[in-house]
Amino acid sequence: MNEFKPQVVAFYCPNCASAAANVAEGMGEILPDNIKMIQVPCTGRIETLHLLRPFENGADGVYVAGCQEDSCQYVSGVVKAAKRVASVKKILEQLDMNPDRINLFNLSAGKGHRFVEVAYEMIGRLKEIGPSPVKVKP
Amino acid sequence: MIVAEPKPIKEVVDMVKDYNKVLIVGCKGCVTVCNVGGSKEVSILASTLKIASRKKGRDIEVGECTLERQCDPEYVKELENIIENYEAVISIACGVGPQFLSERYPSAMVFPGVNTKFMGGAIEHGEWSERCAGCGTCVVHYFGGLCPIARCSKSLLNGPCGGSNQGKCEISNDVDCIWDIIVRKMMTQGRLDQLLEFRPPKSWITSRDGGPRRLIREELVK
Repeated sequence: MNEFKPQVVAFYCPNCASAAANVAEGMGEILPDNIKMIQVPCTGRIETLHLLRPFENGADGVYVAGCQEDSCQYVSGVVKAAKRVASVKKILEQLDMNPDRINLFNLSAGKGHRFVEVAYEMIGRLKEIGPSPVKVKP
Repeated sequence: MIVAEPKPIKEVVDMVKDYNKVLIVGCKGCVTVCNVGGSKEVSILASTLKIASRKKGRDIEVGECTLERQCDPEYVKELENIIENYEAVISIACGVGPQFLSERYPSAMVFPGVNTKFMGGAIEHGEWSERCAGCGTCVVHYFGGLCPIARCSKSLLNGPCGGSNQGKCEISNDVDCIWDIIVRKMMTQGRLDQLLEFRPPKSWITSRDGGPRRLIREELVK
């Protein structure tokens, strides 16, 4: 039997998270290949709809990698993202889906290891939760 | 503006569970301003319905459309040649919207996607408060520009009741006693005596007591 390999979409900002990604790359740490990374100008730009679309198309999980709340270049981008992630959690709950399928992580520019760690953390959670109940016809 | 909130998703999903082609119609008026029924919310609801149906192994077609206003026939008319392609329509305008759609397109199965709450305004981003009860005869000028009909829990017109405590209403500490605010404002403006002036009981015939209301302005009617 094939082991469940969660399909994950991750949104990340070009500042803290992106810098952390570069540090991770320099350290030779590699992201798992089942994570589709999407860079956005700021996590505050991510709309509720952007977070729902992956679920609509069968993704098992979604996460947002943003700055620390006190170090967002655009002041409150990651705070806005956190509110939208919370609103999608509520939508998932109402659809009888586990709200832990979506999460937000606050990263720091210098912590490359953490950038890769959250990806594995998310995959670990999703393996416990199981595959998405959303069936997309090919 | 007319303030509304989304209906619980399960309720909306249940309304259209038997249909395979659903059109969601938003409105660019009040419900866009209160972030419940504009084009963004149309897309969010469409995505949510698709997730809900795909979860059950069904793939429904969800159309999206946002009208300038759903309370004007000239804009409602824009759904001609569109609405007939769908088995069900969800209006996420205020309660006026689904009714105008139902009246204009008698064969359409129309469902409301929001709960209309009240006429009010934004206290801050994400928080709204009632200001007008639509009584049909405005009397706010007697009360320092504030409406005790909409804002007093008992709609009292002759002063606060015994439930006024430290400026709050007895129903909840989150609710200001509007009579406390009215009296203090009239004192500040030096016209507290105006509250003592005799006024006959308010006629409620212009409110809902007179039945469903209609307004005709001859100068505008063609």
